Amino acid sequence: MGLDFTVIPKHIDIILLGCLWTIAITAAAALLSFFGGIFFAVIALYAPAVIRLPFRLFEWVFMGTPLLLQLFLIYFGLVQIGVDLPAFVAGVIGLGLHFAVYNSELIQTAILSVDKGQMEAARTVGLSRGQALRKVVVPQAVRAVIPPIGNNMIALLKDSALVSVIGVSELTLSAQRAIGATYRPFEFYILAAAFYYAINLGMEWVQRKIERRIALSR
Amino acid sequence: MTDHKEFVQIRHAQKSFGALEVLKDISLTVERGQIVAIIGPSGSGKSTLLRAINDLDPLTGGEVWLDGVQVNRSLPFRQYEKHINQMRQDIGMVFQHFNLFPHMTARENVTMAPKMLKGLSKDEADALAREQLDKVGMLERIDYYPSQLSGGQKQRVAIARALAMKPKLMLFDEATSALDPELVDEVNQVMKKLAEEHMTMIIVTHEMDFAASVCDRVLFMDQGVVVEEGPPEVVFKSPEKERTRAFLRKHLEGAR
Ligand SMILES: Nc1ncnc2c1ncn2[C@@H]1O[C@H](COP(=O)(O)OP(=O)(O)OP(=O)(O)O)[C@@H](O)[C@H]1O
Ligand SMILES: [Mg+2]
Repeated sequence: MGLDFTVIPKHIDIILLGCLWTIAITAAAALLSFFGGIFFAVIALYAPAVIRLPFRLFEWVFMGTPLLLQLFLIYFGLVQIGVDLPAFVAGVIGLGLHFAVYNSELIQTAILSVDKGQMEAARTVGLSRGQALRKVVVPQAVRAVIPPIGNNMIALLKDSALVSVIGVSELTLSAQRAIGATYRPFEFYILAAAFYYAINLGMEWVQRKIERRIALSR
Repeated sequence: MTDHKEFVQIRHAQKSFGALEVLKDISLTVERGQIVAIIGPSGSGKSTLLRAINDLDPLTGGEVWLDGVQVNRSLPFRQYEKHINQMRQDIGMVFQHFNLFPHMTARENVTMAPKMLKGLSKDEADALAREQLDKVGMLERIDYYPSQLSGGQKQRVAIARALAMKPKLMLFDEATSALDPELVDEVNQVMKKLAEEHMTMIIVTHEMDFAASVCDRVLFMDQGVVVEEGPPEVVFKSPEKERTRAFLRKHLEGAR
């Protein structure tokens, strides 16, 4: 049996819907990983040990274990202690926190490399250390790591396929369903790949826009 | 407003970085509206003394007073933070390398702290930005980012940022040292204007001519002590101490 791409139009709606879910979960998880990354970075650098050390443990768990396992734990494991999350929410939390930890590493380094004259200038006009961090140091650190954070977000998009295993009908799972109905794995996996690539391009476009917008303010 | 004759008072300031004693029992009084220049060789402790006044480099001994209030009071940590943040609002500081906030426009650099700390409305903040940037001749560049400004322009915005808090005292740490020679004058003009408005200022500088033209008093520091102090005519033209003479001679040679 050769390739037959004419089967695609009949199932395109399920694939497109999968695309939307992939975009939604990626966008939500990206936001969580961005702000979570800032939050974790500030904790790692400035919080007292009683707060910092538990976060270190948490960070170790998220960096040192498979994302797949983390998703299982959040979706299936938490139910046992009474936290029954919808699959989409569990997926966003798993992906978002996982990548927040990676973003946090980048942001920590960036915070430490902001010129110390910046903190001094902010303190000199009367800002507290917290205010200076929030208004002066962290915004500069984040601007400095937009490109590598962008790379993390592309990785997040690709790893979003993993949430198919907890039943979120995103692009990969949708492709599998179409394949189940047609027995045409090559055609639908290729199609899904093309859509991932398109979303990837879209994300790069957004990243370039952001970089251009902040170019002057660096 | 009380009229303390000793508007700024430094009493027996002592500062060590580890084993290195950088300030050795320095006392200094500045009256309201006075302008004092601090000169001296590199490493003599000029910056450290200036930065002790707003507690950026806390003293290891001695006291700093501003307008009847002790800046470096001994208080429990949280109370001290509140106290020092309040005090710093009254003490403007200008740095050699400007330290403008690169992610903010000139306007935002000027208004950020007043908005946060004094709760200005958007309109009030806007009026303040225009007023202060106009004063330093930077009104046309109000929406420019620091990366779009020359060194002299950056320094003028930095002065406007400090002035926006309506400080009682301005500290300048070699405000023109990092500038190309042709940009020095525009910053000096702004400082002169402040002098005419009777702003109290303490200026660390390597520019003897400028110091002579605006200052009421000159302090010559060397190795953590004030070697000589007096009116610029005396310190520059007929210094008493040999160390002062040697420094000025060397400096003149360097300038040639
Ligand atoms: N944070 C610090 N830690 C250790 N030593 C320091 C620190 N800051 C300054 N010093 C030392 O204190 C001494 C005085 O430094 P300071 O910066 O006050 O000199 P200065 O008179 O301002 O010199 P310059 O004209 O080069 O700016 C120098 O020996 C310097 O190395
Ligand atoms: Mg210095």
